[in-house]
Amino acid sequence: MKFKVVVLAVVVIFVTSCGNEKKEEKSSAPVEVKKEVVKKEATTNPMDDKGIGPITSLTLADIDETMVAEGKELFKMKCSACHKISKRVVGPALAGITERRSPEWIMNMILNPEEMVAKNPIAKKLLAEYLAPMANQNLTEKEARVILEYFRTKKAK
Amino acid sequence: MKTIFKSLLAITVVSLVLSSCGNGSSSKKGALSSSVAEKVYVAPGEHDEFYAFVSGGFSGQLAVYGLPSGRLFKVIPVFSVDAEKAYGFNEETKPMLNTSHGFIPWDDSHHPDISQTNGELDGRYVFINGNNTPRIAKIDLTTFETTEIIEIPNSAGNHSSSFVTENTEYVVAGTRFSIPFPQRDMPIDEYKGNFKGALTFISVDPKDGAMDIKFQIMMPGFNYDLSHPGRGKSHGWFFFTTYNTEEANSLLEVNASQNDKDFIAAINWKKIEEYVNNGGGKKVPSRYAHNVYSDETHSATSTIKKEVLIVNPSDVPGAVYFLPTPKSPHGCDVDPTGEYIVGNGKLSADLTIHSFSKMIKAIEDKKFTGEAYGIPILDFDAVHAGTVKQSGLGPLHTEFDGKGNAYTTFFISSEVVKWKIGTWEVIDRKPTYYSVGHLMIPGGNSRKPYGKYVLAMNKITKDRYLPTGPEVTQSAQLYDITGDKMELLLDFPTIGEPHYAAGIPADIVAKNSKKIYKLEESKHEFVTKSEADSKVVRDGNEVHIYMTMIRSHFAPDNIEGIQVGDKVYFHVTNLEQDYDVPHGISMIGAQTSELLIMPGQTETFVWYPKQVGVWPFYCTDFCSALHQEMQGYVRVSPKGSKVPIKFTLDGDAVDAE
Ligand SMILES: [Cu+2]
Repeated sequence: MKFKVVVLAVVVIFVTSCGNEKKEEKSSAPVEVKKEVVKKEATTNPMDDKGIGPITSLTLADIDETMVAEGKELFKMKCSACHKISKRVVGPALAGITERRSPEWIMNMILNPEEMVAKNPIAKKLLAEYLAPMANQNLTEKEARVILEYFRTKKAK
Repeated sequence: MKTIFKSLLAITVVSLVLSSCGNGSSSKKGALSSSVAEKVYVAPGEHDEFYAFVSGGFSGQLAVYGLPSGRLFKVIPVFSVDAEKAYGFNEETKPMLNTSHGFIPWDDSHHPDISQTNGELDGRYVFINGNNTPRIAKIDLTTFETTEIIEIPNSAGNHSSSFVTENTEYVVAGTRFSIPFPQRDMPIDEYKGNFKGALTFISVDPKDGAMDIKFQIMMPGFNYDLSHPGRGKSHGWFFFTTYNTEEANSLLEVNASQNDKDFIAAINWKKIEEYVNNGGGKKVPSRYAHNVYSDETHSATSTIKKEVLIVNPSDVPGAVYFLPTPKSPHGCDVDPTGEYIVGNGKLSADLTIHSFSKMIKAIEDKKFTGEAYGIPILDFDAVHAGTVKQSGLGPLHTEFDGKGNAYTTFFISSEVVKWKIGTWEVIDRKPTYYSVGHLMIPGGNSRKPYGKYVLAMNKITKDRYLPTGPEVTQSAQLYDITGDKMELLLDFPTIGEPHYAAGIPADIVAKNSKKIYKLEESKHEFVTKSEADSKVVRDGNEVHIYMTMIRSHFAPDNIEGIQVGDKVYFHVTNLEQDYDVPHGISMIGAQTSELLIMPGQTETFVWYPKQVGVWPFYCTDFCSALHQEMQGYVRVSPKGSKVPIKFTLDGDAVDAE
């Protein structure tokens, strides 16, 4: 019995010393994120969560009707197979989305869904609930922005 | 006892682990050293250095492998229907296989060649020939799909094809079998003098790659076996091997082997092009199909062309010559400088090499020994550069490494022989397993070969793999050619007959590879760009279903009002806009294949419902965690039923809000 333990120890040491070059980078990233998760969940309001992605800060002006119209068309083509405004389908119903999430978070979820569902706490929770990961529809920032404008006209009732 | 055994086992395990980890010294094991394995090992997640496009021979397809690993990435359907990709089964691609003989679902694909600019591979297209019902296809290397097929009229056994000139000005198709011209009802034994061999020059539009037959040279009734373009100094010329200069029409294995020498035909295509551009040649009625697939409409169209321009070689003096070449030459290969033309007499043990500059001088000095049907025959000694002597049995094909060496396959003696250009001496020889046909060095048909590997393609494998009944795999073998001696690295199985291949550094092609089709750019006649636009439309007994798919449902997924005897079109659009998310669809009882639809693409299949009931359809490509949920139902009522057309998703009419 005792001998076996020693052998195991040797094997473990050996395995960890052999081929350890790549291991470090891989293990470090998730650990950091985890810490962040714990803190944020405890302290932040979802409207303060800007998500992860290209949009770091966004100031909204009055609603621009031209953008709304463009956004509505794009939404219909690229999003409406999974999202309706009025009801849950594959993904959540979107009425009132701009009252529940920050504009940055919404755009990042559209533009960078893979990283969002992997790392952002709110997005992770949504994935656990809906099971279908948010699809990347390869929209440009400009396209995501007009869709956001359309969402601003769809308030919760 | 038990404990001791366990301890021993543990020690053994530890020592095994130790010896396998980081042990640099390579102990030779049989023919292959462990460093050989490293040379072909591409670690999980890493990419190969080269693409190899290997023809499927009688499978009619083109396979894409990585080198050095030999891993198969894709089988591109070209001349044969392919249920996996619905090629030739869906409505969009059926026109690709149209010919003047109607829909022909199969062909024998032989010689892929990659497009060139300034004599170097540019990685835009691969061309490949169909032998049986003569056709040339073009594969677009942004999508890895067949986008154009042109039928070759007045041709048969389209074998000396599809090689490109050094700026892809032309892709060339030469007839293997001569046939009556014009085609007519006549006694076969009146072959001699009445049958002709067409050499076809297909222009390739430099902008969009569109193919068009520019002219056909109507040559004497020999068999035109293989061909290669001149390059560098010989750019503007094309060389074709011939056999059966005896013009035999029966028992060719004896009767076509009578002459001591056959010919390599040297064609000055620039001269003929000039002649044609100045109004030369004769437009002759003909019928051949030209099929084009568009990435905008995701659909192919087929047009029957009615005319072709014929050039009689004796009408263009100075454009065509014959170079006498011993013993039914097969391969016809031009070295990277364009100076040497290698003719491999398959019934000889020697390789005959002609010199381009000597040929030009001999033409100037009129060193002719006769003529055949008005075409001058050049004096052998005046054009001959050298001979590689007694190098093996049954020489077939030669490729070049760009470092002054040539590599020739020998079918009968099953080997690859390396020899030096200029001294004609043999440097090395290695066995192949077995009966090697073509060989390929990436860029080996260009001014700039990438002389790192040679791939030998074998007709017979016998004992090399696990047996699979009477039919066993054919295979390719990879050799390292960076040293003086060739080194066998890898065997790998291939699809069909790996007749010939073209290779190219991966980075030239990979960066242009398309990832999705943009939905908003689709011009498909039956595209459905959003769920809100999906619908079912009846038109007499035809019903058109405009359907969408996304992870993980179809819209609509409940359809009613279909009747027995209807012809039901499923026009299905994949709404995904993400890389690598295709969906499939199949319908119970549909007499066709499934569809495999790429993001942003629309495809169509036809279903003839024959039985009343409620029948399901489902997604055939495992697309997501809820793939098994991706399904729907069609209600089929008796003919003349009052059940109205109705289509829903989740009980609602489908809309966006
Ligand atoms: Cu699916």
